Amino acid sequence: MSTLDERPIRVLVAKAGLDGHDRGAKVVAAALRDAGFEVIYTGLRQTPEMIVATALQEDVDAVGLSLHSGAHMSLFPRVLELLKAQGSDQVLLTGGGIIPEADVEALMALGVGQLFGPGTTLAALTDYIRDEVMARRGVGSAPPHP
Amino acid sequence: MNLAESIQQGDRRALARGLTLVENETPEGVALLAALGSGGTAHRIGITGPPGAGKSTLVSALIAAWRATNATVGVLAVDPSSPFTGGALLGDRIRMLAHTADEHVFIRSLASRGALGGLAAGVYNAADLLDAAGFDPVLLETVGVGQGEVEICRAADTTVVVLAPGSGDIVQGMKAGLLEIADILVINQADREGADALEAALQSAVELRDAVAPPIVRTIATRGEGVPELRALLDERAAAGAEVLAARRLERARARLRAAADRHRAEAFWTSHGEALETAAVEVAEGRLSAAAAVSRLLEDERR
Repeated sequence: MSTLDERPIRVLVAKAGLDGHDRGAKVVAAALRDAGFEVIYTGLRQTPEMIVATALQEDVDAVGLSLHSGAHMSLFPRVLELLKAQGSDQVLLTGGGIIPEADVEALMALGVGQLFGPGTTLAALTDYIRDEVMARRGVGSAPPHP
Repeated sequence: MNLAESIQQGDRRALARGLTLVENETPEGVALLAALGSGGTAHRIGITGPPGAGKSTLVSALIAAWRATNATVGVLAVDPSSPFTGGALLGDRIRMLAHTADEHVFIRSLASRGALGGLAAGVYNAADLLDAAGFDPVLLETVGVGQGEVEICRAADTTVVVLAPGSGDIVQGMKAGLLEIADILVINQADREGADALEAALQSAVELRDAVAPPIVRTIATRGEGVPELRALLDERAAAGAEVLAARRLERARARLRAAADRHRAEAFWTSHGEALETAAVEVAEGRLSAAAAVSRLLEDERR
């Protein structure tokens, strides 16, 4: 028997919008797997509707969006809105790409989690997601890394 | 409304939550399955085969075939967990994106979570829940390398083994037991060179068996070709129902119960014999006791 708090962290990694660069998303997906997460990878050109439908069916703890199209100011708020509309308020929405600092602040003010730009270490990313998800599950400190 | 009722009403978020509860074998999950019953009406179809044979694409084409007649389809896509980190990369949905927004299709990716001898208990539970929630058929997709494919024929009523021309020496398939478990053999990517040779090799391999030879179907899943024929074969098995599937279900129930009982007994045994194990292990490692003698000693009180 395992308890729910100890279950592996599940993360959806998706590419939203129309740009065709998924190298970064694949690197992130592999890093999250290596950190012990269960990563659902859905690849390129996901609409916000597809992203939230997948997040629901997979009961993920977090959604990581990779964006290089410049459409972040419409896509992040839309995904956040749809997550809330279906009752997935608990789900952490985070991501990365080329996003100007002012936009990052505006998106975080809306309730989007931390957003990561070029040069971020993979460890910073996995630590952030682990800590944030554990806090949202109501678990004080993250369990030791296996 | 409680979770079981919400699931019965078709609430997809409740179902997703329920799957998490049963996959993780929580007490709430056990209670949920007890409240819902474990189904038993859905046709559970295992789809297995070597990597790259086109299993996920074929699953997607099969979903489309069933959706055309308004069936509700549940899919469990199982990928291996890393034995080192416990992490997993679950990418089967990429081939099934066309069905993401369809509320009559529910796809869940599951990690194998390193269960000894194949599928984690959570996969059986998840299949029970989709069945109880009214999905029919329930498709279970697993990569057929190692022991997973032998296990999937226990979890499924019908096992479909998918091969592609050039996707592996057919002799390897025979060695690994992949052909013995097939109720239906699919040659996918049948437009590729080598399809005829593969079919001839399969034909001669299955004719050697004592049991009834499984039918061989050619498909090109990316174009949907051969998929109606495959669906017809699957429907035929489901319609034959009782006699064909009852034996398989009895075997499944027996295997599950044995596995669960074994696990509980082993846990109890090692809780009380942990120290005796350590002592014996040191003696064996230092060459003062044979492994066989150590085992007899460990099991002595049990026999008494």
